[in-house]
Amino acid sequence: MAEYLILINEDESAYASASPDVLQEVMEAHNRFAKQVEETGGSIVSGRALQPTSTATSIRGDVVTDGPFAETKEALGGYYLVEARDLDQALEIAKLCPARFGGVEVRPIMVFDGM
Amino acid sequence: MTGSTAGGLPAEPGSGTGSGAGNDRPTAADAVADAHRREWAFVLAATARVAGDLDLAEECVQDAYVSALQAWSDQGVPRNPGAWLTTAARRRAIDLLRRDTTLRRKLPLLVEPGGPETTGPGPEDPGGAEEGSGVIPDDRLRLIFTCCHPALAREAQVALTLRLVCGLSTAEIAQAFLVSEPTMAARVTRAKKKISAARIAYRVPESAELPDRLDAVLTVVHLLYTTGHTAPDGARLVRDDLVDRALGLARMLSLLMPDEAEVRGLLALLLLTDARRATRCAPDGRLLLLEEQDRSQWDRPAIGEGTALVREALRGGRPGRFALQAAIAAEHARAPAYRDTDWRQILLLYDLLGRAWTSPVVALNRAVALAMADGPEAGLAAIGDLERDGRLAGYQYLPAAKADLLRRLGRADEAAQAYRCALGLAANQPERDFLTRRLAEVTGG
Repeated sequence: MAEYLILINEDESAYASASPDVLQEVMEAHNRFAKQVEETGGSIVSGRALQPTSTATSIRGDVVTDGPFAETKEALGGYYLVEARDLDQALEIAKLCPARFGGVEVRPIMVFDGM
Repeated sequence: MTGSTAGGLPAEPGSGTGSGAGNDRPTAADAVADAHRREWAFVLAATARVAGDLDLAEECVQDAYVSALQAWSDQGVPRNPGAWLTTAARRRAIDLLRRDTTLRRKLPLLVEPGGPETTGPGPEDPGGAEEGSGVIPDDRLRLIFTCCHPALAREAQVALTLRLVCGLSTAEIAQAFLVSEPTMAARVTRAKKKISAARIAYRVPESAELPDRLDAVLTVVHLLYTTGHTAPDGARLVRDDLVDRALGLARMLSLLMPDEAEVRGLLALLLLTDARRATRCAPDGRLLLLEEQDRSQWDRPAIGEGTALVREALRGGRPGRFALQAAIAAEHARAPAYRDTDWRQILLLYDLLGRAWTSPVVALNRAVALAMADGPEAGLAAIGDLERDGRLAGYQYLPAAKADLLRRLGRADEAAQAYRCALGLAANQPERDFLTRRLAEVTGG
């Protein structure tokens, strides 16, 4: 098995203006996702949602600035760290991952020798 | 697949490249060259499973070919060169893995399906390829599905297929796609790195995902063919090497996946299109249109084989895009002369194709068929829709088709404008010459 990070990139403004019903649906979709992952044979190691990029602080060298690293329409809003047999299984899991206002990116976790 | 038949599979790309294989006593060098062309994919695919890594497998296979040159000179060419090379390459891989613990610790970079015990290729795996006894698994499908994995960019899929399945050097691939060798080397390296780092499995996809995954493989082979069929640049219209490689791959796939209708469809399409290869240019290099081609020079055996394959491919209901394109090519091949072409039938096939595969290029071809069936005005109206759609902006065949219809309607000024537009987009010299001649005709020059 190997670990993959599923990065959820979505349009933050869509969440800011979403109705309570929509937000409820999103929550339920994430709860369902956790069950669906088990059915694929993979597993979720961890997963978190992030506060919006308006709360981000960036540091380059020792210069501290307000805001995210790059201003983009779709920003990283949360992640899942999952365990999967291979990329095909990781992609199968990622396709199930809710991201109604954007999409997800799958990145293999790097493994270092001797670890 | 037994070791003794593996070497004889007719998976060679194209034909008539004339090595010494037909002689009674081929020289070792000829036999090695021949085996390179015929057996590369088989040998590499079988070695990759033992090596657990594509780079290591490639290195071992190259070593095997080098040692074959010496061994076959001394002892004669073996009865089954493919099995000999596979055994040699797999032994070499096992040897290297045994000796080099750092190499082994990093492995396996290629993920093997089927449980943890197979994820440790190494000394305990004898390779199963001992001469005379064992069966060498035919892993060529695993290899090509891995090369064409959708997580790789299309251009990387194409490059990897030529490199790993066809055994072309990076320099040859770079030349075929008109990029520099370092650029192509970087592309290949990046793709291989992704296969190992992201753990793209070395396997044939399961039936649920097979249709999509197979479509990616067929698209790559078709892209190779079309790139060779009308070379994107340069003085010659056709680049024979790429065309032959694509035909060889299509043949290999149809041998390995005999029940897949779309595989037959692709092979049929390539055979039927390629049957016209010799007649697409005049002896002076001038481009000849379908209506000008000498049909008596079309390759009849290829047409016969292609037509039979189309029939089989259409049999199973819901034909796919390659089978339908092949059916259209078969319609053209069937007509004794251009004026005998059954445009109604072709139009019908384009309607089916448009449903199986929504592509503006299909819509453009349908517009041309419509013009032949119902007259140039009908075709022009359909092309007008496509222009407004905008997805074909920059596609040279749109203004070229429009120019031809306007020319046939006698609307010379508008035709000239469209020919100029097409010329601004065409890079292949025979095609440019053709458009220039037509432009001169409509401007009275």
